[in-house]
Amino acid sequence: MSSHFPRSALSRRHFLSLVGTAATVAGSGFFETSKAYAAEDLILAGRPLVRYPEKTDLILLTSRPPQLETPMHYFEQAITPNEAFYVRYHTFPPPTHIDLATWRLRLAGHVEHPLELSLDDLKSQFSPRRLVAVNQCSGNSRGRSEPRVMGGQWGDGAMGNAEWTGVRLQDLLRRAGVKNGAVEVAFRGFDDPAAQTIPHFAKSLAMNMIEESPDILVAFEMNGQPLPTLNGFPARLVVPGWFATYWVKHVTEITVLDHEFDSFWMQKAYRIPASPCGCVEPGGTVAQTVPINRMKVRSFIIFPQEGARVPVGRPVGLKGIAFDAGYGIDSVEISTDDGDSWRRARLGQDLGAYSFREWSAPWTPTKRGNFQLNVRAVNRVGESQPSEAAWNPNGYMRNVIEKIQVIAI
Amino acid sequence: MKRAALRLVLIFGIAALLAARGFPQVKSIELPGDNAMAELKPGPGVDVVRAQCIACHSTDYIVRQPRSDAKRWEGEVKKMISVYGAPIGEADAKVIVNYLAAVYGPAPADAPKEKKPTKSGPKAP
Repeated sequence: MSSHFPRSALSRRHFLSLVGTAATVAGSGFFETSKAYAAEDLILAGRPLVRYPEKTDLILLTSRPPQLETPMHYFEQAITPNEAFYVRYHTFPPPTHIDLATWRLRLAGHVEHPLELSLDDLKSQFSPRRLVAVNQCSGNSRGRSEPRVMGGQWGDGAMGNAEWTGVRLQDLLRRAGVKNGAVEVAFRGFDDPAAQTIPHFAKSLAMNMIEESPDILVAFEMNGQPLPTLNGFPARLVVPGWFATYWVKHVTEITVLDHEFDSFWMQKAYRIPASPCGCVEPGGTVAQTVPINRMKVRSFIIFPQEGARVPVGRPVGLKGIAFDAGYGIDSVEISTDDGDSWRRARLGQDLGAYSFREWSAPWTPTKRGNFQLNVRAVNRVGESQPSEAAWNPNGYMRNVIEKIQVIAI
Repeated sequence: MKRAALRLVLIFGIAALLAARGFPQVKSIELPGDNAMAELKPGPGVDVVRAQCIACHSTDYIVRQPRSDAKRWEGEVKKMISVYGAPIGEADAKVIVNYLAAVYGPAPADAPKEKKPTKSGPKAP
């Protein structure tokens, strides 16, 4: 099902096989316009703004494999529109042609009754579950690591928050009848790397973690719509509270294992230092690692943006978001004097513990000059954000207190 | 000509039906080419880099990395070979590392000093 055609041959062939609404969607005018993201942010400044199929203008990180970052202003609202949702693939090409007539979700391995389900089966044979959850790349904000680290140099836009609709993984496993002695469940999509030697992207979750997590979904809708192709059409795993590396896109194979899953993407990649903070001394080396897992508490100031000019004596409505791994946000505090004093922000609507939580706080600059605005959040189990960034060699899990500078004039 | 027209009518008919259902049965997308704004800088060995590295990933993967010394670049090139199975011979690997360390090395004479990647400028005193 996945496409192995050279890209030049792809367009005509697929245009001819055009069936379905908005089925063939090509990007337009990519680099002819040479539009660049105009940001004060040094990591993002000058990067091209590109429009990929089913997507709006996003900030290009890499084109092969496609990695697209969401401009921060989209986070003024708690729900990220599908067309603005970031894109991250590990291998190239991603699936570009998907036919639901042949697409199946297979659940096999250490089970009594292996399943083979069409998308219609998924929708009609199980009761749907809907939840709002943040999807954040493990390496979100990697570009800000100091000392710097190799890897995708993301700003802060490798994250998004959507309402996901799907089938509970627990329900699927119950239907298949997991045999005694199951240890892990492995997930694989149908994207195939260009070369046989490149490890196929696959992840696993521990059986006991799944048993405690009724909210893990095989999701087929995102904000009430089919998933954009580049976000995993027709179905992807949703693992609320956990980093996006586990949210396998285009999922087609779920395999129950009676042993630990042996995959490059679990054993070698996406591992963090085994210390409680998942960090080491900046620039240091790591002795023992564990697979990355839950997200840390984060919060951002979305309005105004870095470098904005604000008038003295007039109120500015500071706005932003906060999130954690699903305990829920307890409070958000802001500082307009670079951390010397803090006050509580007002929290917006609660869309669920796994969601972005909007916050707002009025502020009136009383004198001219530069102001360092800081934001920090605390979740319902008392976890917060450090004032000094925790560091690890892969630039994962950044959650330092965010600061922006604005100029009162 | 007539058959082509009929085919079009049929296609759009089916498309309209599926639109009513809200869920496309077939999805096809076409991806754009590589980022033309991320050109490799000239330097000895750039042709080898183009031939070997760009077979699997676009140039923006290289040019956006932090400036690194030969040791760190060698680590990256070795990873491409041993982990991802890039079919790069020893001689070419050496050329690639030398190119990267020279052109994307720590403090090249021909490039301005890299700024810190933090969002904010220096703290007010």
